[in-house]
Amino acid sequence: MKNEMVVEFSSRSENESFARVTVAAFITQLDPTMEEITEIKTVVSEAVTNAIIHGYNNEPDHMVYIKCTINNGDIELVIKDNGAGIDDLDKAREPLYTSKPELERSGMGFTIIENFMDSIEITSSPSEGTTLHLTKQLSKTKTVYN
Amino acid sequence: MGLQSTFEVREEVLIVRLSGELDHHAAESLRDKWKDMMYSTSIRHVILNLENVTFMDSSGIGVVLGRYKEVLQLGGEMVVCSITPSIKRLFEMSGLFKIVRLEENEGFALETLGVAS
Repeated sequence: MKNEMVVEFSSRSENESFARVTVAAFITQLDPTMEEITEIKTVVSEAVTNAIIHGYNNEPDHMVYIKCTINNGDIELVIKDNGAGIDDLDKAREPLYTSKPELERSGMGFTIIENFMDSIEITSSPSEGTTLHLTKQLSKTKTVYN
Repeated sequence: MGLQSTFEVREEVLIVRLSGELDHHAAESLRDKWKDMMYSTSIRHVILNLENVTFMDSSGIGVVLGRYKEVLQLGGEMVVCSITPSIKRLFEMSGLFKIVRLEENEGFALETLGVAS
């Protein structure tokens, strides 16, 4: 069974918790483990924070877009901004690298996303912003097909 | 939801107790309060009690790293205690345990810093 939801919200840091809780609530119907919920929440939080801080340079009047698709035990997430884009994708994905050290960023965002998801695809350009395409298969479905 | 923080000074140790969700939104005001406490008192060490933190992401790691650097300048040590498994994983992923000591609870942490609990 395929099920889908889309949510769009202002690029305000208040909405980081709204975003992760909303996605977590949507995937609850797949009966994920607590650990999987935490992983998805963390990933959403990292991606939305990146969109707000880096994509939109902390300006609150832009929009962040999330689409979540579930298909049996597969979760697909698209998280998108229309902001500045990422200059050097390889560099951005390096652990502990941050383009904004003055903001006390740890540079761990992409590393955490890569660790918690099965696949990550980043499309970024200065004119169109950044889109993250992420997938994860829940452990329960992995066992069923083993 | 949101983040609550309380601070207590015991001898040369600042105890920081957090509860709730530590994300980018909460990180900025936490950093300001925490820095104020560090520089308005004569402490050297910090104990960070994460027992009641229900969510944390890389923004939280950033705040901890920032304060770690300041504790180092004061010639002290940073100790983290009462950490949940998911936050522990995040700390491990970031290599934070190479620089920040982990203790089981606040009492043990205080003892290792020479403060009777």
